[in-house]
Amino acid sequence: MPVEIPVEKWPGRVVEETIGATAAEGGTRSRVVKVGGENTLPFMFTDGEMPNPPRVAIEILDRRPKDWSPLLLEAWGDVVDDPAKWAKAAEEAGADLVLLQLSLTRDGDKPTTAADARAITRAVLQATGLPILVFGPGQVDADNELLVAVAEEAAGERIVLGICEEKNYRTIVAAALANGHLVNGRTAMDVNLAKQLNILIADMGLPLDRIIMDPTTASLGYGIEYGYSVMERLRLAALQGDRMTQLPMLVTPGFEAWRQKEAKVGEGVPASWGDWRQRAVLWETLTATNLILAGADIVVLRHPETVKRVKAYIDRMMAK
Amino acid sequence: MALTGLQIYKLLPQTNCKECGFPTCLAFAMKLAAKQAELSACPYVSEEAKAQLDAASAPPIRLVSVQGPGHKVEVGNETVIFRHEKTFYHPPGLFLRVKDSWPLEQVRGAAKEAMDYAVTYVGMNLHLDGVAVEADSGSPETFAAAVRAVREVTDRPLILMASDPAVLKAGLSAADGVRPLLYAATAENWQAMAEVAKAANAPLVVRADSLDALADLTEKVKGAGIQDIVLDPGVRDPAGTLTTLTHLRRLALKKNFRPLGYPIITFPGEGASDTIEEAQLAAEHIAKYAGFIVLDRFAPEMAYALLAWRVNIYTNPQEPIKVQPGIYEINNPGPDSPVMITTNFSITYFSVANEVDGSGMPGWLLVADAEGMSVLTAWAAGKFDAEKIAKTVKSTGIEEKINHRKLIIPGAVAVLMGEVEEELPGWQILVGPREAVDLPGYLKLWKSF
Repeated sequence: MPVEIPVEKWPGRVVEETIGATAAEGGTRSRVVKVGGENTLPFMFTDGEMPNPPRVAIEILDRRPKDWSPLLLEAWGDVVDDPAKWAKAAEEAGADLVLLQLSLTRDGDKPTTAADARAITRAVLQATGLPILVFGPGQVDADNELLVAVAEEAAGERIVLGICEEKNYRTIVAAALANGHLVNGRTAMDVNLAKQLNILIADMGLPLDRIIMDPTTASLGYGIEYGYSVMERLRLAALQGDRMTQLPMLVTPGFEAWRQKEAKVGEGVPASWGDWRQRAVLWETLTATNLILAGADIVVLRHPETVKRVKAYIDRMMAK
Repeated sequence: MALTGLQIYKLLPQTNCKECGFPTCLAFAMKLAAKQAELSACPYVSEEAKAQLDAASAPPIRLVSVQGPGHKVEVGNETVIFRHEKTFYHPPGLFLRVKDSWPLEQVRGAAKEAMDYAVTYVGMNLHLDGVAVEADSGSPETFAAAVRAVREVTDRPLILMASDPAVLKAGLSAADGVRPLLYAATAENWQAMAEVAKAANAPLVVRADSLDALADLTEKVKGAGIQDIVLDPGVRDPAGTLTTLTHLRRLALKKNFRPLGYPIITFPGEGASDTIEEAQLAAEHIAKYAGFIVLDRFAPEMAYALLAWRVNIYTNPQEPIKVQPGIYEINNPGPDSPVMITTNFSITYFSVANEVDGSGMPGWLLVADAEGMSVLTAWAAGKFDAEKIAKTVKSTGIEEKINHRKLIIPGAVAVLMGEVEEELPGWQILVGPREAVDLPGYLKLWKSF
């Protein structure tokens, strides 16, 4: 009995974006990374094409992490004391992108200054040839001050500035406009909030191919289904032709999984949770791969073993 | 495809005899269409009309169940492709495979370990659903012995796997009290397999390597009298599985294509080289349309992650899992014990309650009615603001149970501190940690605040 394969041809397509710039394009990256561009649900190659695989970014901090799981500190070793070395190690661990997360304070609890942020960004750009993303500490005033400085320091490198939220998007978008960068716009898990922020950012004149949307997510076991469904809805809207949702999506499964007890700690947990090392990697890996199935174009990870696992899965899914 | 009331009316006797309890056949037809009446209430409906109505009212994906004395698994009868469109109803059964070529002790041991496993997650007791026993020995006696060994350690459902119908039959005879899933009918053996399944009144997997061949085979097996069919489209790699299972779900729901309107069985272990990779594939199958998932590896952390993921994906998106707002007493708190407040999203509540409980320190946990949202989401949506916090403190009567006036609010809503102080005169508002996992350390220092 001939069965007609139920193909879905979508009218819409996600914008393809380029992160990073090589010398020829006014930057210093050894290569650029393209994200997005798909006109199908993830890996449904009978329906359409996915010109770029989902990309893996490794998160590094500008100082030794204060509250990270000992498993993460063990995995990275001494490089966590030096963001430049850490960036290089992240590249060696197989990252497509390096995400530099700035902290509010430096050693001795002095506030991170704009000069600090410039120096660290410069050091990271020199240490790795990968395109980078730089996220501020997440407090409006500090983000504005530090990210403007970072944007100037990295002018021409086509980095991604984050986190751009409704309360501070103006300053960060202006910095991106002035220096040729992209922004990562984050909203609480909600389709309309995401769309609205994209509109606000685009209204300032930043082209759509320089906006990434970050719909926020949650960990396996801790509300991931909300993020998962919001992402599925955003992607379906994009494929159906809603222009202001046709942006690549970035999510942070590393951050979400590693703040949960399942990944973070090995003691004082039920025996039924099993082996800690395996569980921790599994928690981050499943959080990431499940979100990729919901449409994530960039997943930000923390553990090198997870990076290997997630990349292996992506490679298998992309093999046609 | 569901029929309209008028379409149903045309199939009824149209005599308005009222014996069904409705004044006219048309009124009865309308009730049938709305699924508020049963066709069996009509004594005069013709067999032909009955068959047509049954076929039309059948769900696009057949509900198939397997059962042991201690547990039942029902899969299928799904109505949407994406969970946000309504919800996913019947979580896939998770089975562990053992093989009859193993020593019996190993068969028993592996089955027992997996079936004894249980984990508590947001107040729910979760476990795997059963054991798949595969006859790779080729011997009826060996297979029967393996099935018996598994039955000794579990009363959950089984999947019996054999390519030789005689071997399968031997396994069935050892599976007393179980309605197993039988695996599998193929183009070569389907007649004999259908006979075995029919005699045992058990659902049967149909396996073929293309959808065309699969549809042919399900029709043949159905023609042989088997209604409860499960599909194995033969794909094992993750990309092919995602594509094929998505096509099957679309065919059933969007095209109402009956020959493939059945639940699907998958074998993630056959496409994986270790536990984590198998878990990645199984997780994909949970999200994307499997009805039975047969695992080849078991580890507690893998089972926990997959069981939690299954709950997550099958949670009704229209109804967040909530706990009752109010006062929760943890470790027998007294008048001088700390008072904390959080929201009534069950994952939030259990994260906080488990930490306080695990710390061994007594505490009063106030749970605000935040419509089942987590702290940050509720705060963003205006469901967990200073006013709501103050209202919860006052309405629960916590003030009469304690001799202090200190309230710990979640670190994630530290910005609310000033407003809560204004709303609750006389109270000292303390900002707790952002994450529940840091509560035990925080509570140790509480007396000094």
